[in-house]
Amino acid sequence: MRYLGLTEADRGNMLETIGVSGIDALFKDVPAGALNPRLDLPPHQGELEVERAFAALAKKNVSPMDVPFFLGAGAYRHHIPAAVDHLIQRSEFLTSYTPYQPEISQGTLQYLFEFQTQVSMITGMEVANASMYDGATSAAEAVLMAQRITKRSKAVLSGGLHPHYRDTVATLMDQTDQPHVAAPVDLAGTEDLSTLIDDQTACVVVQNPSVFGQLRDLTSLAKACQAKGALLVVAVTEITSLGLITPPGAMGADIVVAEGQSIGVPLSFGGPYVGLFATREKFVRQMPGRLCGETVDQDGRRGFVLTLSAREQHIRREKATSNICTNSGLCALAFTIHMSLLGEAGLTRLAEINHGKAVQLAEKLSAMKGVAVVPQAFYNEFAITLPKPAAGIVEKLVEKKILGGVPGSRLFPGDKSLENVLLVTVTETNTEGDMDKLVAALKEVL
Amino acid sequence: MNRQGRPTTPHAAANAASAGTITGNRGLLQEEALIFEQGEDGRTGVDLPDAPDVKDRLGGLRRAGRIGLPGLSEPQVIRHFVRLSQKNYSIDAGLYPLGSCTMKHNPRLNEKMARLPGLGDVHPLQPISTVQGALEVIDTLATWLKTLTGMPAVAMSPAAGAHGELCGLMAIRAALKARGDVRKRILAPESAHGTNPATAALCGYTVDPIPATADGRVDLDALQAKLGPDVAAIMLTNPNTCGLFERDIRKVADMVHKAGAFFYCDGANFNAIVGKVRPGDLGIDAMHINLHKTFSTPHGGGGPGSGPVVLSDSLKDFMPVPYVVHGKDGFTLIESGDAKSFGRMKGFHGQMGMFIRALAYMMSHGADGLKRVAEDSVLSANYVLASLKDIMSPSFEGPCMHEALFDDRFLKDTGVTTLDFAKAMIDEGYHPMTVYFPLVVHGAMLIEPTESESKDSVDTFVNTLRGLAEKAKAGGENLAMFQAAPQLTPRRRLDETRAARSPVLRWKPGSNGAPIDKAAAE
Repeated sequence: MRYLGLTEADRGNMLETIGVSGIDALFKDVPAGALNPRLDLPPHQGELEVERAFAALAKKNVSPMDVPFFLGAGAYRHHIPAAVDHLIQRSEFLTSYTPYQPEISQGTLQYLFEFQTQVSMITGMEVANASMYDGATSAAEAVLMAQRITKRSKAVLSGGLHPHYRDTVATLMDQTDQPHVAAPVDLAGTEDLSTLIDDQTACVVVQNPSVFGQLRDLTSLAKACQAKGALLVVAVTEITSLGLITPPGAMGADIVVAEGQSIGVPLSFGGPYVGLFATREKFVRQMPGRLCGETVDQDGRRGFVLTLSAREQHIRREKATSNICTNSGLCALAFTIHMSLLGEAGLTRLAEINHGKAVQLAEKLSAMKGVAVVPQAFYNEFAITLPKPAAGIVEKLVEKKILGGVPGSRLFPGDKSLENVLLVTVTETNTEGDMDKLVAALKEVL
Repeated sequence: MNRQGRPTTPHAAANAASAGTITGNRGLLQEEALIFEQGEDGRTGVDLPDAPDVKDRLGGLRRAGRIGLPGLSEPQVIRHFVRLSQKNYSIDAGLYPLGSCTMKHNPRLNEKMARLPGLGDVHPLQPISTVQGALEVIDTLATWLKTLTGMPAVAMSPAAGAHGELCGLMAIRAALKARGDVRKRILAPESAHGTNPATAALCGYTVDPIPATADGRVDLDALQAKLGPDVAAIMLTNPNTCGLFERDIRKVADMVHKAGAFFYCDGANFNAIVGKVRPGDLGIDAMHINLHKTFSTPHGGGGPGSGPVVLSDSLKDFMPVPYVVHGKDGFTLIESGDAKSFGRMKGFHGQMGMFIRALAYMMSHGADGLKRVAEDSVLSANYVLASLKDIMSPSFEGPCMHEALFDDRFLKDTGVTTLDFAKAMIDEGYHPMTVYFPLVVHGAMLIEPTESESKDSVDTFVNTLRGLAEKAKAGGENLAMFQAAPQLTPRRRLDETRAARSPVLRWKPGSNGAPIDKAAAE
């Protein structure tokens, strides 16, 4: 057993030191009959055998590397610089724990401080935490935080919110029977949420761009929230968009929650990802999750520690702001490294490329008979309407070795109005050849 | 575990750290400025082509003004993060005896498998026919987890241990609701992880602590007295946070079930019994499994984790979406439309990257190897207990499970605190054990060596602790050494009080500059 440290001789010597005759003497508190069950599982294997098994599993999937690929809807395919994966696999990052002993964890603490700064900057907010599980759980935590701040219970959820975010929020609120109002699905991006805000509304949760790709100016919604004492929570599922578009902070958001996967984190079939969470400075003591702060050591040198832990479960127990006990550390590190490599010029350029290519594909698709691009303004993703159900079209595209997008029915099952809707995403990884293949294939299957 | 963040205010001690170099560096220990203090405009670490020349469709929402991100070349970025990494302790560099955290070896094979094309790069919303391998990974891992725990079902989507607790309580709440039974109280031992009461509160429950007996187990009489028709569940860690097996666990299960409540088992310490005992044989209803503990997925400086939850027959119908089922054309994914399911816990389907790593770990060990894992982890912890019991103060008589609990009685009248003792370990090249947790003993020190360590490694560790205990007891000048520790680290004790009093949570333009001068700061 290559991962175990003890030899048979060691085991014998150690049992002797302890003063017992056999290993099962150490398990004497286990109830009778429950020790050493027979397990119907295979025996140990070498690296080679395990590698073969996983290679076979990988072959049963279609890799986005091998086909034209246009999926998004909350998870995006971007190029990750080679340096990112190299650095996050350094032992000192990969195999360390939460930085509870700051003297020997300054590496982790400093990058978390840098991560918090980067997230604050791109969202246009004052402070950010050290990350959450993912964008959807960030949204749920934001609603709880808004309830604590406003001492109100109701959440209004936009009809353009990703349904996984909507359902994650709703599931958590249902535990304490808190009211939430989900606005009708808003394909066109024309909803007016201000009419749903009342004096019991803790917050409005709106996604920008919406799950259908619609970009909106949220300034007036922010004002409507403010006028009624509710908070505006803005969700962003495609974080590279903030390299190009006005950040939620500049539109008046009180809390910004986002999925950070697009920067540095592979698709990995949906996780692990990295939830971003940013807010205004005045709300910081109501924030969930870990926070890293600057301080000095006893020689007066700048250093970093986890701070404001009086909010957290290990101190406050049932009175904590959240039950969260981990962040998404290694994914946050990948984000920080990738963002550092991009810098101002790189992030801006990356976002321009994503948008430019999306505009190109939107123009090609708009020119097709029976196909319409839905959003007026968008970033790198947009809904299109097709003359036939999108799910069937996507299957036909698979036969042509194209992963063509996410059908509306996958996200909103049972919603007839979205049956012919397809969400299409374009990133820097798509070539013009990919787009032409998609258009040509669509012409054949429509 | 999670009492490490106990606020400290540094002792006024001799300034031993400044080596008087021009740079502030000390050989391999290099000072490293924030990334924002290094960058310059006009530099980038990526080469991207020109953007297509199109008329934008941003609807007038183009960002005005700079973001403020610094520009760095790739070598600058690599040097920055390599230097930062060198300020971290890690399992790969040394024994990491953090009790309840299971800091075991993280096999690199697992990393390689998680990055295979076709596994690491698939999109969660690809058509089901194009992700059969991914669904098979989830289903196979689920089978291992169910077999190892002796439970009929497992919810795979929770993202971490605390998220798994939430999943378990949500399932319990849904099951109670389905039978029209509203209950308001959760029982949890005083020694419970802080996440237990925090999770219960998220589900709207009040938390009622159960005291422990003198030998560190649940007090059955106290439990019986607290049980009643308003108790929804007990949350009990087994092996418990004192490192002990709850020997009356079947009685606990019977009592709880008789009262119409459910038994949530916190599986944080599953490493001690994996392959050796099936929790399903003990009468539990739900238990989360921290894949980042028992199944070696990397802790990564504090995450990401993964916390699948095994469920009993009475709870399995209420599990969250999505879940994998066997369909007529292979595997399929139920993402919605299950009226009994309590709902959704996160985006997409779970921590797939962690599933792959955990499954590679299980396949590498096999049933025989996993049993060995439990045995060796328990053996090493008992060896530590036996080797230190004459000089430190064990809180309970053995045998312990995979971690050995000591308290600070052996430091009585020395002036040395548990924290000082832990900090002195750092200068000796060790990450400290978990300190001040569990709360049920004074100045707790919880040591978990794990099965990864060789006997030589454990012996060296034990001898170091013996040496430190002797020094503490000898007193004299040694007290100052303990109070000044650590002295040989990139930073010495940090002022956590100051950090919390006036929080500085980000760099701001204009705050560039030399490290804060201590005199000016005070």
